[in-house]
Amino acid sequence: MTAAPLTLGSDAPAAAAPAPRRRHRPSPRFLLGRAVLYLLLLLFLVPTLFPVYYVFAGAIMDPRELAAFPAQLVPTGVHPDNITAALDAVPLVRMYGNSLVMAGIITVSQLVTSALAAYAFVFLRFRGSAVVFALFLATLMVPGEATFIPNYLTIASWGLTDTFAGLVMPFLAYAFGTFLLRQSFKQFPRELYDAARMDGMGHLRFLWTILIPLSRPALTAVGVYVFITSWNMYFWPLIITRSSQMQTLQIGLNSLKTGEASDPGLLLAGAALSVLPTLALVVFGQRFIVRGLTAGAVK
Amino acid sequence: MTTTPTATAPPEAPPLRRTRRSKETVLAWGFLAPSIVVFALFLAYPLGRTVYLSMHGNDIIGRPSRFVGFSHFAEMASPEFGQVLLTTLLFTLGTVVPGVAGALAIVLLLEGVIRGQRLLRGAFALPFAFSVASASVIFVVFYSSGNSVLNGILYRVGLSQVPWLTSQEMALWSVCITTVWMNLGYGVLVLAAGIGSIPKEINEAARIDGATGVRLARDVTVPMLGPQLFFLIVISTINALQGFGQIHILTRGGPSGSTTTLVYSIFEEAFAYSTSDFGRASAQALVLLLVVLVCTAIQFGSIERKVHYA
Repeated sequence: MTAAPLTLGSDAPAAAAPAPRRRHRPSPRFLLGRAVLYLLLLLFLVPTLFPVYYVFAGAIMDPRELAAFPAQLVPTGVHPDNITAALDAVPLVRMYGNSLVMAGIITVSQLVTSALAAYAFVFLRFRGSAVVFALFLATLMVPGEATFIPNYLTIASWGLTDTFAGLVMPFLAYAFGTFLLRQSFKQFPRELYDAARMDGMGHLRFLWTILIPLSRPALTAVGVYVFITSWNMYFWPLIITRSSQMQTLQIGLNSLKTGEASDPGLLLAGAALSVLPTLALVVFGQRFIVRGLTAGAVK
Repeated sequence: MTTTPTATAPPEAPPLRRTRRSKETVLAWGFLAPSIVVFALFLAYPLGRTVYLSMHGNDIIGRPSRFVGFSHFAEMASPEFGQVLLTTLLFTLGTVVPGVAGALAIVLLLEGVIRGQRLLRGAFALPFAFSVASASVIFVVFYSSGNSVLNGILYRVGLSQVPWLTSQEMALWSVCITTVWMNLGYGVLVLAAGIGSIPKEINEAARIDGATGVRLARDVTVPMLGPQLFFLIVISTINALQGFGQIHILTRGGPSGSTTTLVYSIFEEAFAYSTSDFGRASAQALVLLLVVLVCTAIQFGSIERKVHYA
C-alpha cells in the first residue's frame, strides 16, 4: 500500500474542531476520515461502557423491571429494593471490612518487607547479594495456584483457616515490590547517602527519615498495585474462609449467586456496592495506577 | 512498622575480620529475613511438598497415603485431561488475541482524537476497576436465561437468542467475552503509557515526511509499541493460564466440563467437593507451574535484552 486509504490522524490544521462547522470547509476526505474514526471508537466504547452503566442502572431498578423479558435497559426511577435485599442476603458491610483489613495488612506488610529487602540489595554490601536477588526474582515466576494446596494444608494444620492470619500470611512479602523499590532506591544520589553515613546516621534512621520520604512516588505505586490485587483476590480467600463473617467481598459476591435462578437485582446491587472503592481509585488516582501497573512494561 | 527486624538472623557469618563489613552483612540478612521467611514457608516449602504430594495417593480427605510414583502424571494421558489442556489453550487464545488486538485498536484510534482524548481514554480504562468477582457477577445477569439482558437486546433488534452459558459450544466463548471485557482497561492503560513514551520528535518527523493516519499507526506507532505489546501479550497469557474466578462464578467448569481449564481442574480435584484428591491436583499444579515458568522466562529474557540495549 502506498497511499493511506483513510485519514485517521490529524493532518488538517489543529484549528479544525472535531465537529467541523460550515465556516471553513475541511476536505471531504478529512471529514470521511473523522466520521470513520468516531464510528469505530463508538463501536468499542458502547460494549466497554455498557456493563459499567448497567451495574448501576440495574442496582436501582425495580426488581420487576429486571425480571421482565426483555429486561429493562433504563430504570424508571430510583428503587432501593435491590440494594437493601443485597445487604440483607449477605453481611456485605462486614465483608467490606474484611476485604479492607486483609488488603490493608498485606499492603503495609509488603511495603515494609520490600523496602527493607530493597535497602539491603542497594545500600548494604554482603556476600551472595546477587545470588539472593536472583532467587527473589525467581519467586515471581511461581504462580500462586501451584502452591495453594500445600499452603492450604499448612494453614489448616496451624488451625488458621477462616481467620485473618490465614488470609494474609502467604502474601506478607512479595518480590515484585522489592524489585520496583530496588529500581527506585538505585536512583537515590549516592553523595547524599555517603553524607548521611559520614554524619554517623544509622542505616535504619537513614532509611526511615530520608530514603522513605524521598521515595514516596515509588512506594505509592507499589502500594496501590498491591492493594488492588489483594482487594481483588479470589482463589485463596475462597478456599481459606468458611463463614460469611470471615469471607471477603469478592467471595460474598459469589454467594449472592444461588444457582440458575439467581435474583439479578441482588447480584447487580452487590456488584455495584463492591466496585465503588476501586472505581473511585481508577477515576481519581489513575496516574498512580498507571505507574504501578505498567512498571514492568515501560522499560 | 510492624516487623522491625531484630538483627539476630545471620545464617552465615562471614570470615572477614573487619567489623564494618560483618556488621553490614548481619544487617543485610536481618533486612532480608522477613521476606526470606515468607518465601521459605509459603513458596519454597510448598513447591517441594507439591512434588511430594504429586507422587502419593491419598485417602478421601486428602491425607497422603502410599507412594505412587509418576502414576498421576501417567493418568494425564487420558482424553479427559487432553480436553482440559485443549480448553486451557482455547481460553488463552480466546482472551489474549481479542484482548490485545482490542486494546491496540482503541489506543490507535484514540491517537486520532483531537479533543477529549484523556476523557475517552479514562472511559476505556473503567473496566479495570472491576474485580474478577464483580465483573463475573454482572455477566451472570447478562447471560442468564431468565430475564437475560443480552438476549433481550438481541430480541429487540430481531436476532435469535444465544444459549450463552448453557451450551457446550458457547459457554467457553462467553467466559472469554467476560475476561476480555474486564482486562481491556489494563491493556489500554499499558499501551497508552507506551504511546506516551514515544518521543514527540519521531511523530513529527514522520508527519513531515507525510505519514498520517493509518500509515503513521502502522509504520511508526505500532513498531514503537513493540516492548509494551510484547509485555501485554505475555502478561495476558499468564493471566489467562491462571484465570479462575470468572469460571468459578459463571460456569463452575461446565456444562459437561466444557469450561474446565487447568486451574479450574486443580480446584475441582482439591477443593470443590467433600472428597479431595490432593495427589492428582498437585500433579496438575506442577504442569501449570511448568507452563507459567516457560511464559515468565520468555518475558524475563526479553527484559534482560532490553536492559542491555538501553
